Amino acid sequence: MQPAELTAIDIVTAVRQGDLTAVQCTQAFLQRIEAHNGSINAFLNVDTAGALATAERIDKRRSQGLPIGPLAGLPVAVKDAICTADQPTTCASKMLAHFRPPYDAEVVARLRAADAVIVGKTNMDEFAMGGSNENSAFGPVRNPWDVTRAPGGSSGGSAACVAADMAPVAIGSDTGGSIRQPAGLCGITGLKPTYGRVSRRGLVAFASSLDQIGPMARSAADCALIMETIAGHDPGDATSLTGGVPRYSTQLDQPLAGVRIGRVPEHFAAGLDPEVARGVEEAFAVFKAAGATVHDIQLPHAKYGVPTYYLIAPCEASSNLARYDGAHYGHRATRRDEEGHRTPRRDEAAHGTTPHTEGAFESPLVEMYCRSRAEGFGPEVKRRIMLGTYALSAGYYDAYYAKALRVRRLIRQDYLDAFEQVDLIGGPVSATAAFKLGEKTNDPLAMYLVDLYTVTANLAGVGGISFPCGFTKSGLPIGFQLQAPALGEGLLLRATDRFQHLTAWHQRRPKSIPSATPAVR
Amino acid sequence: MTISRQDVAKVGLLARLALSEAELDTMTAELSNIVGFVSLLAELDTSHVEPLAHPLDTHNVFRDDIPQPSLTTAEALQSAPRHDGECFLVPAVLNESGAA
Amino acid sequence: MNASPTTPFTTIIGLEVHVQLQTRTKLFCGCSTQFGAPPNTHVCPTCLGLPGSLPVMNRQAFALALRAALALNCTIAPTTKWDRKNYFYPDLPKGYQISQFDLPFSSDGHLEVVDPKGAFAPRDVGIIRVHLEEDAGKSMHDEAAGTGDTRIDLNRAGTPLCEIVTQPDLRSPQEARAWLNELKLLLVYLGVSDCNMQEGSLRVDANINLHIPQPDGRIAKTPIVEIKNMNSFRSVERALVYETARQYQEWQETKAEMGSKPKQTRGWDEPAGITRGQRAKEESSDYRYFPEPDLVLVTVDAAQLAAVQSGMTEPPTELRKALESRWKISPYDADVLVNQGRELVGYFEELAGAIGEGKVASNWMQQDVLRTLNERGGTIDAFPVKPAGLADLIRRVTAGDFDTSRAREIFADMVTSGRSAAEVVATLGISAVDDDELLALCHELLAANPKIVADVRGGKEQAAAGLIGQAKKKNANVNPGKVREKCLELIRAMG
Repeated sequence: MQPAELTAIDIVTAVRQGDLTAVQCTQAFLQRIEAHNGSINAFLNVDTAGALATAERIDKRRSQGLPIGPLAGLPVAVKDAICTADQPTTCASKMLAHFRPPYDAEVVARLRAADAVIVGKTNMDEFAMGGSNENSAFGPVRNPWDVTRAPGGSSGGSAACVAADMAPVAIGSDTGGSIRQPAGLCGITGLKPTYGRVSRRGLVAFASSLDQIGPMARSAADCALIMETIAGHDPGDATSLTGGVPRYSTQLDQPLAGVRIGRVPEHFAAGLDPEVARGVEEAFAVFKAAGATVHDIQLPHAKYGVPTYYLIAPCEASSNLARYDGAHYGHRATRRDEEGHRTPRRDEAAHGTTPHTEGAFESPLVEMYCRSRAEGFGPEVKRRIMLGTYALSAGYYDAYYAKALRVRRLIRQDYLDAFEQVDLIGGPVSATAAFKLGEKTNDPLAMYLVDLYTVTANLAGVGGISFPCGFTKSGLPIGFQLQAPALGEGLLLRATDRFQHLTAWHQRRPKSIPSATPAVR
Repeated sequence: MTISRQDVAKVGLLARLALSEAELDTMTAELSNIVGFVSLLAELDTSHVEPLAHPLDTHNVFRDDIPQPSLTTAEALQSAPRHDGECFLVPAVLNESGAA
Repeated sequence: MNASPTTPFTTIIGLEVHVQLQTRTKLFCGCSTQFGAPPNTHVCPTCLGLPGSLPVMNRQAFALALRAALALNCTIAPTTKWDRKNYFYPDLPKGYQISQFDLPFSSDGHLEVVDPKGAFAPRDVGIIRVHLEEDAGKSMHDEAAGTGDTRIDLNRAGTPLCEIVTQPDLRSPQEARAWLNELKLLLVYLGVSDCNMQEGSLRVDANINLHIPQPDGRIAKTPIVEIKNMNSFRSVERALVYETARQYQEWQETKAEMGSKPKQTRGWDEPAGITRGQRAKEESSDYRYFPEPDLVLVTVDAAQLAAVQSGMTEPPTELRKALESRWKISPYDADVLVNQGRELVGYFEELAGAIGEGKVASNWMQQDVLRTLNERGGTIDAFPVKPAGLADLIRRVTAGDFDTSRAREIFADMVTSGRSAAEVVATLGISAVDDDELLALCHELLAANPKIVADVRGGKEQAAAGLIGQAKKKNANVNPGKVREKCLELIRAMG
């Protein structure tokens, strides 16, 4: 067996049965990482020693007949926005380049308890802000299907490492599409659970009412396996849902007869690439063939999704990122010589009558804040902090933030109304297949529009999954998205799994990445 | 909807972000664009719609008043840019009642 | 004070009080709130504001806050939420404070302060709101070290605080101080906070301005000043007295009225006895409040409120009235007792019950028990003489075994030795002095003190006091008053 070609389910089965050791699996993927990370840049940190040590401990316990966890021996890559006590957690930012948290995120703790092997931390858009993984302070991630193209974002590293078989599964986070969109552009399966289904404790917050952690893998079945470990109530997260977690893996193979899938005609408007449109329509046909019915529905406020998101998310982010000020952790600007530093009069800084230029800080403390943050954050992060600060500031709150919260309710109501008529909503996850690196970096608004199909699920708090439904003529993956009512993960995984039994898109691998090194056995 | 350069400078101070003259110019143009874009929401009548701050309907989540282990001081300070072994160190914050 | 011919203005005072709630752990995490720990030993990812950390509300903190608000007669909101107050300061590691903005959990209450001596008329002070928020850490500027650094200790960050904001209903610095004492008493009685300003579990800011009637009938109002940095109730009074005079003088010089300049903040300088203008925190007015997304709403229903109410013990105002009516003591006496706390009131009630009478018990409490307690230190719970023992002593006085002044000596012995009245009496050989003994003793004294006799006969009755000490030496059991009375009688009889 070549571990790097196995599914996650196959790996944990093989380790449990003794057909493969945890060390063999881990080594196989570490070798893939070593071979390809240089060209893909999916990993910001690879914990070779730690991963192998963990794998050895698992093998030892197994050989002694001691119990091993349900994910024993499974290599997992974790997005670098999620805290790991034994590895840096940088959020792909200079601000946290050397930051090591003194604790594990809840999700990481559960993975470890299940005996997963955390091989490393994946690259991302800085502080999860972006749709192409070009906003990383440590270089962009390249799409394994075509290294001149973006993998999507912000969980670009997680998506790319699975697509390139550098890890069988990865953990990502999704605030406006950051799991689903890169999964779509990289030809893998990515699930954003219902808000609150997975604990956010230890996920570096971007927009607290929108963020969710979720699995990214080659199939819905693999995602289901991971969800059984990471989902569930955490008393350390006040927004986490109580109530039991279904055994998703056991519920995958129920037939889809009678399942009603909504299709939104507006999705197929001018901006949708024709090849993507065709791939999406073909996917609807597959679902019909599987026994589901497809119904046209309306999401009347969908077009307001992106502006609503680009108010709420930056507002929450401007507050969540205020802690990065150089005082207690993270980057601090080196102190400049105080000689010749003129302390401005109280009234100068007070009413903004003078432009805020370097050197005119009202105190060394304010200077430390302003310069540390200016040096630590990249341009997109600064833009969103500025936008959020502006939209929350006195006089603007009602017109912007409060307004967005009202539209959010309308968007959620759209979903509630739609799910009276259908069980799932299907459609594109991205208007195009993977775009070229650099194509959208000069136009922030153009970049924001890559989230067109994904932001409304975060605003409404519902779950969504994306998976490959075809390829363009040039060999780029086309993604399909399903959305479900709150706590509908089971149906999302099941519908996707049925699709993946009827098609083989999810089994394709990029030609330009060589296949796995010979089996270790 | 345009934002003035002066507004952007004020926001920069509120957000504690040092901006060079050039960055102020770029930021003013970019923010004006984005704010123009998000102002699309103004065309919706939401006078009878309540804000939705939380996607969840849960209420009353508490924890018990039972002490849990704290971090050690060393752990608390492990990522501090400057510390003296006991406290974080920051540039002098002048006494509230002292003169500037 | 109100405007009158002698005081040409009315002083308008409102208070903003922050009390730390008496929970074991912080508002949003399980770190201990114990005072006095070494720096940065009660911290965790949540109160340090580390990336990825999340807050979870302390159930007991909300319960204590509810208790306080109910006792302050507030309306409790059926649904409440928390908001982020965003600003940058090194003692605020998240860059925001989780507080309450537009939907505080309680509002529209009141608390009356009465001065039993009548120095001012009863003042019922309105309470605008009581809300629940987290405290910041501590910044310590080390001038001596001269390093130009400020040291930050985050032990206090995240401690639960109730913020209590009054209407500007107070009319004098004295009232303000008395009201604060009443608030403290109430919150200590309820077990909500120990309200210890020295330890920082109670902090006060005061807002003050003057209303000055003008010849044309209009009221001119001076700009409101917020005073900070007062570290005792006495400081609060002193600062308000100073500020009243300063504002009136400034008015006379500048005639500047409210609205002509932004609200000023002044810091109280205790050693200098003055307030000083502070730096204006210009952007501090833009906290960019928005609902805290990491916390869910909290709802309170009638059943919960009833449960909290029934679990509350009598607050001081009701306790005072109860003591007055139950034991027929004066409002002044009831006030003194209640001010000492629930445990001492309990002692008093047990004592009064044992001797079946309130006034005498109250006198013994105030003149003897309290005085001794203050001298010795310690709490009433650890006081060596228990109510039953003191009751026994008092019964003996009533029975005439010895007089009150002798009883005091016995009491003092009981305190230091821990023995009962009976044991002390036996040891000291105390017994009643009968009339014959008294007469004989007085004759002895008069014979031994011809000068004093002459003085008294010459009109100086007070000279007789010189005989008392000698009388006591001869027989410790004599009642000084009776000795004096008898001697004077004898001297008068001499003609």
